[in-house]
Amino acid sequence: MAYSRKVIDHYENPRNVGSFDRNDPSVGTGMVGAPACGDVMKLQIKVNEQGIIEDARFKTYGCGSAIASSSLATEWMKGRTLAEAEKIRNTDIAEELALPPVKIHCSILAEDAIKAAIADYRRKHGLAPAQDDAAQARKVA
Amino acid sequence: MKSTLKLPIYLDYSATTPVDPRVAEKMIPYLTEHFGNPASRSHVFGWKAEEAVEEARAQVAALVNCDPREIVWTSGATESINLALKGVAEFHKTKGRHLVTVKTEHKATLDTMRELERRGFEVTYLDVDGEGLLDLDRLEAVLRKDTILVSVMYVNNEIGVIQDIAAIGELCRSRGILFHVDAAQATGKVDIDLGALKVDLMSFSAHKTYGPKGVGALFIRRKPRVRLEPQIHGGGHERGFRSGTLATHQIVGMGEAFRIARLEMGAERERIRMLASRLLAGLREIEQVYINGSLERRVPHNLNASFSFVEGESLIMAVKDIAVSSGSACTSASLEPSYVLRALGRSDELAHSSIRFTLGRFTTEEEIDYTVSHLKAKVAKLREMSPLWEMYKEGIDLDTVQWAAH
Repeated sequence: MAYSRKVIDHYENPRNVGSFDRNDPSVGTGMVGAPACGDVMKLQIKVNEQGIIEDARFKTYGCGSAIASSSLATEWMKGRTLAEAEKIRNTDIAEELALPPVKIHCSILAEDAIKAAIADYRRKHGLAPAQDDAAQARKVA
Repeated sequence: MKSTLKLPIYLDYSATTPVDPRVAEKMIPYLTEHFGNPASRSHVFGWKAEEAVEEARAQVAALVNCDPREIVWTSGATESINLALKGVAEFHKTKGRHLVTVKTEHKATLDTMRELERRGFEVTYLDVDGEGLLDLDRLEAVLRKDTILVSVMYVNNEIGVIQDIAAIGELCRSRGILFHVDAAQATGKVDIDLGALKVDLMSFSAHKTYGPKGVGALFIRRKPRVRLEPQIHGGGHERGFRSGTLATHQIVGMGEAFRIARLEMGAERERIRMLASRLLAGLREIEQVYINGSLERRVPHNLNASFSFVEGESLIMAVKDIAVSSGSACTSASLEPSYVLRALGRSDELAHSSIRFTLGRFTTEEEIDYTVSHLKAKVAKLREMSPLWEMYKEGIDLDTVQWAAH
């Protein structure tokens, strides 16, 4: 299978590989996929008091496209608010990486991982989904 | 340090082999100079071509110890298998409509069997044990009065295990059931003696044994005579079994390749056995590596390994200096884990994490050493990136995790 230049770049030089302490209150963790399906993505975000994602990490078991999709997701999430990060769509990831049709599921998994990490963070802080997170964060603080 | 190492390293000899330079050299005059049609009986061009075809037929027969008249040229093992299975089924359908094969067979067999099912035949697909081997009692248990054919491959293309063809042959013969063997991966790797084996039909390929692509052969036993319905009509070549002008240069190539295989197989196998044990020793230095398929009943040319917590396709992408495959070339376009490894009872996760290394005539010790060190570094890098590896290292049993299958 021929991979796009961008997939190869993310695969060979993955951004933000690693883990945060999942028990840290400022960390949200999302893990999606299943080993039996050949893809598991773990995506973590570190959210500051302003409700902005100041850092992100990933670990992925999967093909080159899955690794590239999660690497790109961490790059795009950094510096965004939760509400902004939530707007990242799988189609944007697929387009940016020029994923072939058989690899679209990798970008879908990345979107799921983003949503799962955000949901985990919100759960920890008792935040309702899709509200103004910064305002909520201030209120909690 | 001086090095003769050339990258990438080819370790996919079970997908195909390069044509041996000696074979290529022998083929060339039959493209330009001796271009005659072997079926032309009226002039020297035809006679010359026919002579070359018959010499090649004798060379193929010599490798497997059969009568040259039992060899029919085809376009490759896939066509041979199609002719054997469909030909026997169509000819003997009034006698019975039941056929038996194994779940780990090549797609050429499995897809042909599926087609026969569509034509109204009934097929039993046997399981193998955890080593990839067919249990004889299991085979015996499914044989019926209306079973007309059993088809089993000699050497498995994905995991390299060798089935007990002699014993299966005895069983089939005692029941009066025809026995076809797919030997595409066996020639030049194991000793094949059709004088002793009770095999009725055997399929061969040239390009897995340093011959050209596009040519193969089917062995059709004369004593006791095996009858089958031809699948390609027009001209009655090859005693009516397979019509079509013979590809003289391809056939010459297959003959020369099989001649060399017969002469050099013994020494080559020992050299490759030494290289394979070197590779195996290297792989075993990596944590959580599993070898798929029996290590005892196996050709040394094949090593199929699963690297836990690393996904196969990404590993193949990572080891770009090494040309390997995750299973067979025929199925590598699909996202499904190997059906062969699943038939061995391997978990989907391990089936997704497998790499097939196949060694051959031109593999060197230096290439093996490079492969091992390259692989160690890449597996370590991918595991560093793998959430499953992290969980394993934290002592989490992955089987107890509730995964959201997608």
